[in-house]
Amino acid sequence: MTKRLYALTFRLPLILWSALFFIGPLIFLAAMSFFLVKNYRMVEAFETVNWVRMFSRGFFWDAYWRTLGLAALASALASLIAFPAAYALAFRASDTQRRLAIAFLIIPFFTSYLVRVFSWFVILAEAGVINAMLGTIGLGPYTMLNTAFGTVVGWLTLTLPLVLILQTLALASVDRNLIEAAQNLGCPPLRTLLSVILPAAKTGLIVAALIAFILSFGDFVSPYYLGGSKPPTLPILIIDTTKSGQQWPRAAVVAIVMMATLITIAFAAVTAAYAKRASR
Amino acid sequence: MMFPKSPKSLIKPSRRDVLAYGAAGALSAPFVNRAWAQTTELNMLAWYGHGEPDIVGAFEEANNVKFVPKYYAGGDNMLALIAQSPPGTYDVILSDAEFVQQLNAAGYIEPLDAGDYPFDDMLHPDFAKFPGHWDGDTLFSVMVRFGHLGVSYNTTAISAEDAMSYKCFWNEAVTGKVGHFDWHLPSLGMISLYNGNAAGLWDLDDAAWSAVQETTMSLRPQVGGYFDYGGTFNSLKNGEMLAMCGIGDWITGVLEKDGAPVASVIPEEGGIQWTESYCIGKGSAKADIVKTFMQYMLSPEGQVKSAQMAAYPGNCITKGGRALLNEVDGAEAARTHQVEGDPMNPITLIETGRIHYRDIPKNQTLEDWNDFWSEYKNA
Repeated sequence: MTKRLYALTFRLPLILWSALFFIGPLIFLAAMSFFLVKNYRMVEAFETVNWVRMFSRGFFWDAYWRTLGLAALASALASLIAFPAAYALAFRASDTQRRLAIAFLIIPFFTSYLVRVFSWFVILAEAGVINAMLGTIGLGPYTMLNTAFGTVVGWLTLTLPLVLILQTLALASVDRNLIEAAQNLGCPPLRTLLSVILPAAKTGLIVAALIAFILSFGDFVSPYYLGGSKPPTLPILIIDTTKSGQQWPRAAVVAIVMMATLITIAFAAVTAAYAKRASR
Repeated sequence: MMFPKSPKSLIKPSRRDVLAYGAAGALSAPFVNRAWAQTTELNMLAWYGHGEPDIVGAFEEANNVKFVPKYYAGGDNMLALIAQSPPGTYDVILSDAEFVQQLNAAGYIEPLDAGDYPFDDMLHPDFAKFPGHWDGDTLFSVMVRFGHLGVSYNTTAISAEDAMSYKCFWNEAVTGKVGHFDWHLPSLGMISLYNGNAAGLWDLDDAAWSAVQETTMSLRPQVGGYFDYGGTFNSLKNGEMLAMCGIGDWITGVLEKDGAPVASVIPEEGGIQWTESYCIGKGSAKADIVKTFMQYMLSPEGQVKSAQMAAYPGNCITKGGRALLNEVDGAEAARTHQVEGDPMNPITLIETGRIHYRDIPKNQTLEDWNDFWSEYKNA
């Protein structure tokens, strides 16, 4: 009994924190989606009108599938771009080099994400750095700002360092004996990568991709400033919904759909990440 | 002779110590009071820029007050902020004129004494009796500045002649380069004007509303983005956008002064007037000083500050303000056509019927317009 009480004492802060700042607001969000707005004020009610209205609008579903697709693309790109660097840091770099690299990868987070996004203006603009360089070989100018490309660039700015750190840690923790055993048994490098290293680091790699997806899916800054809100993603739809008419209940519907999507995808990803280990 | 106090005397002070500390406290009290009395905080709800030092700095210094601004973007955003705050939260509210009636209907603002304001000095009679600012004979809000919305464009991409019609937004030269200020009201208002609804710009029946939606949708292939103030400013400045729907000199004026090749004109189909008005928040305990501030903003000095506002310029509404502007900053007066005899004089544009006061839709809800705006952005 005393032991259980002791354990509970340590768990209590986390439970209270979650109840106060996650479960509580979540319940309120769900309840709010059934409220009504009258004269810019929310009125407590239990009406399904907000759900019906949002689900019956084509623009909601367009924004939904677009956000899902773009976030998946950004997550895949971040994983693919980060992997060679993570591999090099995990298997080729010395401990000192790896530590230094991870420290450098953390540095971008010292600067506001918004500032980093704004700095892309100078680079991606039609009169910007990239187009100026392309111009010297007779190419361009290309429109990169206010496009889906701009949005994805912004998301990569947000997620790439994080994905790289997580992948590096995942790969660095792969048991070297397994790799040596594969090599000793004559396994070619590509096969070693696909059959030994990737399965062994799978959990970390999937979690890294999942985090990139979660951050991109819910981000407002890049689609708004680099994507020019054209076309809008779900976070922009939330802003639009609240900005005009103060339809917080309808915004709550969008938020709940986003959360449900993220929970489903996170659950599927985590299941996939641990699938093989569980079957062992 | 004074000796350093031992810790013991601080922990367990003698009667003499108590008297000495008491005297010191009593003597310093007036200074403490003065320090506390230094600033009266005035909570302001306004569009960006109105609580900045270039506007309120001199008033703050002269009246021992400090503005604490809360900025919003869009009238319904403002209404929501007030609705979600307890009465008395905001002492001074800068509202878009078309929302004053709703502020009043919801009981968010205090009545004003018309005798406190220089209504006999207005440049146009409408400014004294602005729609929605009066409820019968009771005044609730005082207009302080205005500006006109029309075609805003990059002068290297669109000729001044082409810019005289909203049709220029459909020019091939600006395909993918037409930006929208991300608020449905001004953009859809302009399309309504382009559709020939000048007589009832906001009073659209079903057929006219459908036609406005259709015309707006036809502009979609031309659109390069939807922006807030900062985004609009940047995209025009760096040439990403060559034409902008839904704005006017309030943004291009700042860029123009900075040397950017941009301009705003009121096209033949007409333009829309944005109007900003001050109100005193319901339940404000500082109504007197807010009244003084409103009087200051309507004084020639305040009007010039408003016309030169760093965030976005606005036209003077009083004769005194305009006269002083012409005297102290003739270049800005000329740039904004606030000069007698100028054919683009904003007052002349109003008198000749080219300008329509911004309003809210009469036959549709703001929600309907917003829904369509979302649909348009997603198309």
